[in-house]
Amino acid sequence: MSRLVLCYGWMLGWLLSASAVVAQDDLMALAEAQDSAAEQVVGGTFKSTRLVNGHTVETNGSHALLFLISHRFGTVNSGAYNLFGLDQATIRLGLEYGITDNFTVGVGRSSLEKTYDGFVKYKLLQQKSPGAQMPVTLTLFSSMALTTLRRQNPEQDFPFAGRLTYTHQLLLARKFSERLSVQLAPTLVHRNMVATGQDENNVYAFGAGGRYKLTKRTSVNAEYFYMLPGATADSFVNVLSLGADIETGGHVFQLIFTNAQGMVEKFFIPQNQGTWASGDIYFGFNISRMFHLGGKKEW
Amino acid sequence: MKRINDMKKLLLLFLLTGPGLYLPLVAQERYFTKTGHISFFSKAPLEDIVAHNREVVSLVDFKTGEMVFTVPMRAFQFRKSLMQQHFNENYIESDKYPKAYFRGKVNNIAAVNLAADNTYKVLVEGTLTIHGVAKPIRTEGTFQVKGGQVTGRSTFTVAPADYDITIPLLVREHIAKTIDITVDMLYKPFQGNL
Repeated sequence: MSRLVLCYGWMLGWLLSASAVVAQDDLMALAEAQDSAAEQVVGGTFKSTRLVNGHTVETNGSHALLFLISHRFGTVNSGAYNLFGLDQATIRLGLEYGITDNFTVGVGRSSLEKTYDGFVKYKLLQQKSPGAQMPVTLTLFSSMALTTLRRQNPEQDFPFAGRLTYTHQLLLARKFSERLSVQLAPTLVHRNMVATGQDENNVYAFGAGGRYKLTKRTSVNAEYFYMLPGATADSFVNVLSLGADIETGGHVFQLIFTNAQGMVEKFFIPQNQGTWASGDIYFGFNISRMFHLGGKKEW
Repeated sequence: MKRINDMKKLLLLFLLTGPGLYLPLVAQERYFTKTGHISFFSKAPLEDIVAHNREVVSLVDFKTGEMVFTVPMRAFQFRKSLMQQHFNENYIESDKYPKAYFRGKVNNIAAVNLAADNTYKVLVEGTLTIHGVAKPIRTEGTFQVKGGQVTGRSTFTVAPADYDITIPLLVREHIAKTIDITVDMLYKPFQGNL
């Protein structure tokens, strides 16, 4: 009897150890099991810090300085005499600097209404690969714009505060695949002073857009801002923008068609008058160039 | 009666040695790391590019000479963030091919004596898979045995073109035709499921 028990014990012991050995037999399977790749970040949601007009979730890397030239011609429907808008131009020059990998500050100056703007952008959440429970990237964006255009009649001038506009945005994006990224952007534009009594100081808008990569270095982008119902939404037109990104080394070129003339939120969200249907489409481009100042010493 | 007692002793010995002896044998001959360091260096006319990866997983079986590496590509860190982005998005395509693999054999594994602290020259042969392309590779390296740990080192070169990594004309002066790869692994005895 005791021999039988011993025998069983011996066999059981062998079986257990043998099964453990079989399970561990393939070194590659063992290595895969140890791998941390499941927790890798999903980067490169968008190529640029701009989708078309609006910002994307992307921030500059630390010590990276981005020089951004944005340009919009006149409307396409202005006729052959104006070479379909090419005679006219507005421009914004901007600099954006990454203080850390997740925190970017920027300044810009638009020719439209001689407007200066400054913004801060902070990436709060970063999408990670499936194993790591973070399905989206979330970036907070806040900007301030100052219009310095002089009034033609100085007596009609208004206080300094009346020249300021604020924009706050939650940028929420997910890279669904290598090609497709989608972004949602609930937005508040607060204007200290508006042109007419009917117009609203606070304009709420819901932005949505995305990009689809055609090749490794080119993509098509689309973006729409829907103004929530109100007096401003009644008298102005929502902005629809289409664009194409072309990336070449440190540059990203973006070719753009949009019914907004301005290149900061206070222009392109609440005060468009032209529609796509009537041909009030502005052709334009963004050109960005990335410079690295310093960078990590140890890595 | 004495014979039966002897049999019992023998069985007891089997019972103890069967599962008992085998497992430690396996554990002692497999060494592993999951914080292995691989770096690469590209020297081109317009710029030098260096990247470090400290999340490499590797296992070596010192009995059979089998050796594997898995390299999470997004764990390569560059000094410039844009380079890192381009590496992942445009060249390696990390979403499609998240890892590089090596599976091979140390040809002269018998030369390595884990019991004696020393540095042993070895010849490694196997298949390197980068960007979804598998190519045979052969390189020299060393195993330095010291106090129960083994440091594996090797340097070799790979050509991006061999792994279907195309470099556009515009940046051809920025990226070398062949990339120097340095492998530095500190292996510890593998204790089963860690």
